[in-house]
Amino acid sequence: MEHYTMNLKLKIWRQANRDAKGAFRNYEVSGISSEMSFLEMIDVLNEKLIENGDDPVAFDHDCREGICGMCSMYINGRPHGPWEGTTTCQLHMRAFHDGDTIVIEPWRANSFPVIKDLVVDRSAFDRIIQAGGYISVNTGNAVDGNAIPIPKDKADASFAAAACIGCGACVAACKNSSAMLFLSAKVTHLALLPQGIPEHDSRVKDMVERMDKEGFGACSNTTACESVCPKEIKMTNIAYLNKEYLLATLNNK
Amino acid sequence: MLDAKIPSGPLAEKWTSYKGHCKLVNPANKRSLEIIVIGTGLAGASAAASLGELGYKVKSFCFQDSPRRAHSIAAQGGINAAKNYQNDGDSVYRLFYDTIKGGDYRSREGNVYRLAEVSANIIDQCVAQGVPFAREYGGMLSNRSFGGVQVQRTFYAAGQTGQQLLIGAYQALERQVALGNVEMYARHEMLDLVKIDGKVRGIIARNLMTGKLERYFGHAVVLCSGGYGNVFYLSTNAMHSNVTAAWKAHKHGAYFANPCFTQIHPTCIPVTGDHQSKLTLMSESLRNDGRIWVPKSKDDTRKGNQIPEEERDYYLERRYPAFGNLVPRDVASRAAKERCDAGFGVGTSKQAVFLDFAAAIKRYGKKEAGKHKLPLDNEEEIIRLGKEVIKEKYGNLFDMYEKITGENPYQVPMRIYPAVHYTMGGLWVDYELMTNVQGLYALGEANYSDHGANRLGASALMQGLADGYFVIPYTIGNYLADEIRNAPIPTSHPAFEEAEKQVSDRIETLMNIKGNTSVESFHKKLGKIMWDKCGMARNAQGLQEAILEIRALREEFWKDLKIPGSITEFNPELDKAGRVADFMELGELMCLDALMRSESCGGHFREESQTSEGEALRNDAEFMFVAAWEYENGREWRMHKEVLEYEEVKPTQRSYK
Repeated sequence: MEHYTMNLKLKIWRQANRDAKGAFRNYEVSGISSEMSFLEMIDVLNEKLIENGDDPVAFDHDCREGICGMCSMYINGRPHGPWEGTTTCQLHMRAFHDGDTIVIEPWRANSFPVIKDLVVDRSAFDRIIQAGGYISVNTGNAVDGNAIPIPKDKADASFAAAACIGCGACVAACKNSSAMLFLSAKVTHLALLPQGIPEHDSRVKDMVERMDKEGFGACSNTTACESVCPKEIKMTNIAYLNKEYLLATLNNK
Repeated sequence: MLDAKIPSGPLAEKWTSYKGHCKLVNPANKRSLEIIVIGTGLAGASAAASLGELGYKVKSFCFQDSPRRAHSIAAQGGINAAKNYQNDGDSVYRLFYDTIKGGDYRSREGNVYRLAEVSANIIDQCVAQGVPFAREYGGMLSNRSFGGVQVQRTFYAAGQTGQQLLIGAYQALERQVALGNVEMYARHEMLDLVKIDGKVRGIIARNLMTGKLERYFGHAVVLCSGGYGNVFYLSTNAMHSNVTAAWKAHKHGAYFANPCFTQIHPTCIPVTGDHQSKLTLMSESLRNDGRIWVPKSKDDTRKGNQIPEEERDYYLERRYPAFGNLVPRDVASRAAKERCDAGFGVGTSKQAVFLDFAAAIKRYGKKEAGKHKLPLDNEEEIIRLGKEVIKEKYGNLFDMYEKITGENPYQVPMRIYPAVHYTMGGLWVDYELMTNVQGLYALGEANYSDHGANRLGASALMQGLADGYFVIPYTIGNYLADEIRNAPIPTSHPAFEEAEKQVSDRIETLMNIKGNTSVESFHKKLGKIMWDKCGMARNAQGLQEAILEIRALREEFWKDLKIPGSITEFNPELDKAGRVADFMELGELMCLDALMRSESCGGHFREESQTSEGEALRNDAEFMFVAAWEYENGREWRMHKEVLEYEEVKPTQRSYK
């Protein structure tokens, strides 16, 4: 792989706090290596800002290996930037070229208020899980793991849904700020497993109700969420959720 | 003298006997007892959820925006359990023995046996929660091999086992939040402990969104704050993983045990330059199928796939025929360093070795072709089929490798190099996981207890969940049973006031330095000293130099640090400054500990103590003890010894040949 260095223009959303009025500000960085990660490029910018006595850009990040779900930048009009199936922290600078301008914004959704700059409050996701995103089993209640055989295809499909990292890119990409992909991934993960069946009616109803209360919009099947999901969670989960929801409503006692 | 409070009786009956005799707290009393849990990784989330289920009033804290982000989430390969589902001779005793041996005989028999004993319950619990472990076609749980072991006992969920286990624990935790048994404080960081009359009574936490200091009372405090690998700056830890909570406990009298025991993981993506902010692990499970090698000639600049078989040195298979590529992590890491130091490294930096899947791709391809009755002489088709198998097993890791390096590991061998990954040292705890401070517990990576001088792969997840689900729910009751008459102490108590003032003064001092150098620069400098002189190989002279260099750096830090912004706002630079200040003190203690321990054992390799073949040479006569350090002032520590007594196993020189 050939490596190269580049100079870039950055247009970054700055907002002091939740209530402040935000605006774009322009920056320049130079000597950026194509081997850097995107966040390492922001690190370079921040070191420069600190040196100059400016306020560094606040952004959420932690594991920097694409799994914690903390990083959340809207890059050139797309959550997590140009690469498919990739979180911001795994995006590398060889995706860009010398002289490029990169526009960076926070997730924009009423249910994810800005805390500062690119940092948003995603606690609504935790509250959706609290509404029923679990199997109600206390520690110590379990039977032997192999006493519950699960067909491999079901286990694999459940795992594929459970791979969601809760980053919120789906909400950010959706014109309705819908959380349906996130919610459906959890409902599918649990409803496909025999352990999850006793609660599947109440789970789906309670979680949908909570999602609505948090102010997320409805799904209008544009599939924007699927196309930006860094873990490639599929739209079919939403279909599964709708089926579960319908059955739960019909079963309503 | 340190009393580990190991129950008497035969090893296999200690835990049962303990559970049968420990004190209990009745349900009505549990409702009035308050417990603070710091951290929401596997240990913290499982502890907070289980204690909430029992009916205690729990407060759970994490510095991330959600408890689901804790760094346990990044664990890839798997979790060990003595289920013996493979019928290959596994047992509680074997898991116990492998862990003690893997730890190079520097861990405590009683704790390790209990760990092996409860391991099977963990798998059951996780399955019940809906953790989607990998399964066979018959619906049964699947296992794979891991390093340092000759049975298949590792349960996994692709390369995302930590994520799936943590989400299971997180969901259990959120369920308790919904039920009102646990109060969750995300984006909060513990900055001090509050002690009253010798007992822990609460914490001072900082709300990271507003910068405000807050006081919380607890009848007990459970630290599940993880390890301290970020003292090296570059590690596989998350960017914000830190030692601060454990270090504050240490300053309040909790002993820090075996701080120099650091695990350097052999298979990580190599450093590319000074911009590097963290290192990424490639799971140990890859060593099941990947073969590690370097060219036989120095400075060979050909691409890996262009070097013919006879010009390759599969040095692990050569040196350790019995375990081959599956030797324990410490052994594999040192062997890689040895080859690179001798000039056989690959890649631009020459600080890398190859991890090659070509042989495995062919082997699997042939197997698949056989299964589907396809011709065995169509090389192209066999390779295609083999790649499919590898993709199913390790697809996410291969993708991650390609994203980071821009190279396709299905076509060219991966380049890997060792990196700091895990810390076996941590707060000293007794059998009940209580530190030497009354009412203060440490679980998971934050304690030192189970892995000795080297942790085996897939054992960190096991330990975190064992401590949280199955140990602390029993042992904490034994302490809290005597607390039922003690009403919660109002946080207006002078001890809280004093603690808050100290925290506040320290933050003011940091902000008022107003120097010229960023926190990041100091952290990088500290990391370089630690890696060069207290890393994979250590010697007395280097360690002595490191101590002086760290002291000088620390002085400079407190004179020249520059933090932007203000105290009462969201200010990640300020958060980080406090953590780096603590890392500097810890770094000095690590070097001191490494200097004192002039033997080699596990991940701790003292160049002065090696065999003629370059293997680690232990010195049981002088060093078969846990070094528990007591904080005296910022400059001095007093060492206490817990002598390790082996009743069941007989320590031998570890051999994987």
